[in-house]
Order: sequence, then C-alpha cells, then structure tokens
Amino acid sequence: MTEPIRVLTRNIDEPDSASIDTYLRTGGYKALEKALSMKPAELIDMVKASELRGRGGAGFPTGMKWGFVPQDSGKPVYLLCNADEAEPGTFKDRLIIEKDPHLMIEGMIISAYAIGSGPMSYIYIRGEFAYGAKVLEKALAEAREKGFLGKNILGSGFDHDVTVHRGAGAYICGEETGLIESLEGKRGEPRVKPPFPAVVGVFGAPTVVNNVETIACVTLIVEKGPDWFRSIGVEKNTGPKLYCVSGHVKKPGVYEFPMTVNLKELIVDHCGGTASGLPIKAVIPGGGSAPILKPDEIDIPLTFDAVQKAGSMLGSAAIMVMDESACIVECVWRLVKFFAHESCGQCTPCREGCNWMESVLHRLETGQGRQEDADLLLDMSDNIGGKSLCALGDAAIGPVISGVQKFRDEFLYHVEHKSCLPGTKRYRRLDMPVGAH
Amino acid sequence: MADLHPDSPYMPHRHPEPGATFEWDEEQRRELDRILERYPTKQAALLPVLHLAQRKVGWLPPHVIVKVSETLGLTPAWVFGVVTFYNMYNQKPRGKYFLQVCTNLSCMLRDAYDIYDHLCSRLRVKPGHNTEDGKFTVLEVECLGSCNTAPVVQVNDDYHENMTIEKIDDLIETLP
Repeated sequence: MTEPIRVLTRNIDEPDSASIDTYLRTGGYKALEKALSMKPAELIDMVKASELRGRGGAGFPTGMKWGFVPQDSGKPVYLLCNADEAEPGTFKDRLIIEKDPHLMIEGMIISAYAIGSGPMSYIYIRGEFAYGAKVLEKALAEAREKGFLGKNILGSGFDHDVTVHRGAGAYICGEETGLIESLEGKRGEPRVKPPFPAVVGVFGAPTVVNNVETIACVTLIVEKGPDWFRSIGVEKNTGPKLYCVSGHVKKPGVYEFPMTVNLKELIVDHCGGTASGLPIKAVIPGGGSAPILKPDEIDIPLTFDAVQKAGSMLGSAAIMVMDESACIVECVWRLVKFFAHESCGQCTPCREGCNWMESVLHRLETGQGRQEDADLLLDMSDNIGGKSLCALGDAAIGPVISGVQKFRDEFLYHVEHKSCLPGTKRYRRLDMPVGAH
Repeated sequence: MADLHPDSPYMPHRHPEPGATFEWDEEQRRELDRILERYPTKQAALLPVLHLAQRKVGWLPPHVIVKVSETLGLTPAWVFGVVTFYNMYNQKPRGKYFLQVCTNLSCMLRDAYDIYDHLCSRLRVKPGHNTEDGKFTVLEVECLGSCNTAPVVQVNDDYHENMTIEKIDDLIETLP
C-alpha cells in the first residue's frame, strides 16, 4: 500500500502556517537563496531533469514549457501563476494558497528568475477566493518587508514583484490564453494557437503560465534537488501530487501521495470508502472534464499515463466518487450544465452544443427522453469534440460519451420507464410531469 | 416596439436612478493609483477597478460603467462587454446578503439542492431575485472549489462549509 507523504503539505498543520515566521522556521526561502546563486539556464535544466509535469490538468513538462521562452525578443517575459481553480471537484490549490502561501511565492520568484522574467509577475486567482487573495496579499507584504521581493533581491541584482489579480467568476479564465485575455482587461475568450503564449502571451510578450501546485513543486526541486524529486513516483510521473477526493466518500479532502498510489486504494483505504456503505457506482478521476470510470476500471495507479490508458485523464487529480444511489443521467446533466454555463460563446459547436446536450439530458431526467437520445448525445459529442478553439468543448463531452457508453442501460431505462433507476436518488427536485420519486 | 430582453441595458430596472453620477472618493483614488502602477496598460486594470467600484456601490449600474470607462480610457461598450462576461459583476442590485449556493456535482451529491430549495422557499424568493426587504438574494452558482466541505454556501465574500438545513437556518437568523 502506498503511504501518504507530507512534502507539499508539510506546513499546513503548523500553527499560523500562512505566516512568514512559520515558513522561515521550517527552512523557507533557502531555495530562493540557492536559486539566485545559480544561472537561470541551470535552473531550467534542473526543472527539466526533475521531469516535473504541470499540475493544472494537461500534464505538460514544465521544464520544456520554460525552454520555449525566447530570451532575445526584446520584450519583458511574464510569469503568470494560474490560481483560477474552478474545475469541478478541484480544491488543492486553495489549500496551498490559504495554508502555505509562501511556498508558492518562493516558487514564483525562483521561476521568474529562471525564465528571465521582467519586474512583475501576476497571480491570477479566481474571484470567489476572496479569503485566499487576502492571505496572498498579506504574504506578499511580508515577503517584501524581508527583502525577498522588490529591488535587488538578496543582493543578487534581480528585481521582481508579484501582483495578485482577482478574476471575476469565469471558469474559462483557467485556460491559459483565456487567462491572458482576462488579465489584459478583456472578456476571457481563449485565443487561436499558435502563436503559443511562450512566444506571444500577455501584453504581446513571451509568457509562461504555471499552476499553483506546479510552482510549489519548483521550490521543492530547487531545495532538495531533481534527483530527490524523481525518486518520488515513477518515471515521467515524478514528484509529490495532491489529490482532491470528494463526493460520496467517508473522508473527503486533499491527500498527498507519490503518483504510485492506486485509485481504488485511495478511495477505499485512505478515504474510508463510501459514506453510505453502498458500493461504488462510478468514479471521475480528474475533475469534471474527465471521462467516468466504472468500479472495475479503478484498480489503476494515479499517474498521468495510467489514467489516460484507462480511457480517462488525471487532469487536476480531482476524484469524485458516486455510490449506487447516484443517478448517472443526473450526474452527467449536472456536469454538462456547468460547461453550458461556462462556455465563453466564441465557438459555435461548444456554445450551442453544450446547451443542446444539457437540454437533451434534462428531458431524459424529467421522463421526456426519446429512444434515440443516447445516440443523439454521442453524435453531438462527435460534433463538439476537437471543433473549438480551446479544450472546453472537449471537456464537456468527456462525461457524456463515457456516461452513455458505460451506462447505456440506465439512459434507456429513463426513456422506457420515464423515471430513474430504482434505488437511485434524485437530488434536484423537479416539477415532473411523471412521478419518479 | 418589441419587448426588451430582460438582460438589455435599456431595461428600466437597470436605471433605478436616472441622471445619477458616480465619482471616486479620496480613498478610492488612492487605491486606483495603487492598482494602475501594477500594470503596464490601463486596460489591464479593468477587472480590479470594476471590483473597486462594485465594492462601493454593490452593483454596476450604467453610470458607474461609464465612469470606469472614462477613468481607464476605454469605451463604455467595451466595459459593458467585460461586465456581462463575468458572473461576479452584478448587473442589478443585490440583497445585503448574497447567498450563493454551489450545486455542482460534489455539492449536489451532498444534498446542496435541498439547501437551495429550502432557502428559496423559506425566504420566499425566486432564484436571482432579492427578498422584498432587500436583505437576501439567493442564487445557484457553479463550483466554488470547496468540494471537500460540500455543500458550500458563499455569503457575500465568505464561504460557509459543510452546510445543512439547520446550519443555514441558524445563519439566516443571526445575520443582522
């Protein structure tokens, strides 16, 4: 059995864990000192050697991303920290932001130095995290006071500062080009790629966008070395990882493991299984965008590659568990409703398709489904996926395709009996034309 | 003339005070200067400046949007376009306490819809509308990023976690 580790979460149980005094007491800002004594190129090589993959969802190698930044563009390079955590089921970055903000701030200064960033970088935090923004502002003020931010940091000649930029409630701003547009004071509509942000990003300058957890990992890599980082987990899936478990489990929460942990083991042994004691019906392993897995598919290690091989994706490692009482049609409907609401509206397949899928799922759930609806949903998915600028459309069809394919009987039951499967509970009360519950 | 769409900027309820104007006060001006020096362009300050205005007024009526556009050298249409894109910019007045119930999957699985229904019926208010005394607004919102403590209700800026019907009743009674 894989045991939990405490690396990214080492400080969170300390009293007053967000203060700089606690952070310094536990060895904080030593990595920054070390980083500033190195050359930026050495730091990039270090991160490359650690095989760190981005923790925001796509799992792109961070060192490679940094390597794409041209150093001779004549423009300042920008580092943006993506704290727009809004994927359904994800709450890991919030833990770092609220409990150990200095871990990410130190990582940001190191990352900014490594990529040759200009005098300012930004933390784009979702607007709803008002408390998190306050904690960050306070932490930044503390760091400025101690000379870790500002002019000539620790006598190295490197000038840098960090600004907290609050979003205003739009999931799509978590997409890196959507985030960039939003930071520029626009509607957060994703851009056409290429050019990629590493070449033309925010304010027309080369830009690196990294997730909060990724940036926190950078601090650890510099502090303990890439070999140590690689020794956790398995090849190509290295380092500590935060897993968010929610839904019908006894002990929901953020769990830290090497990426060797088994999904089933995590749910059953570490989270105590389902709260109701009912068998597991379905698991979403990577946030609302990830295809649903059935209980016989969850005996897999939680690495980016293994989850992908199982037909889903690790995404932001947000594991949502549904027990036998959940109605799959309603769960899929709820996720699609989210994507329909959050589609920015730029691309027709996503804007129209998500709303259409939502209404088909709604009519199934309210007993007005048609025999052909299951296939209709698959056909619609086929016409949304890969046909829009960003990944939101692809995300929306993840739960739909897997739901219809793996639970087709349940979809057909809704059509034939105009009600949910016996033994399942409807969460949303509806004025239903036919009585199911 | 055709009926106006409820979201239209020309709807009368969007102009509760015709001819109203908005000026930044002393403290806001200082905050404005502090914000503007953090960005290389004035336009980039739009989101924080809208937050600043909304904190004072409670929502973003047209005359505030016009003032923001003048302050940042943008057109009112541009600012209006941005305001309508983001959920957190209120396009109509909200109650003193804005109760936002997350009903996304993890919260739904932990009975968030019961809390949502209970709030609407107890306060006798339609979702998105204000109670008659202007004290509460109830709205269903998307994932608040607190799924481990589901269900979650955000009251103005604060998260109230692991909510139950009893806890939300207590909360409503204690809010001044």
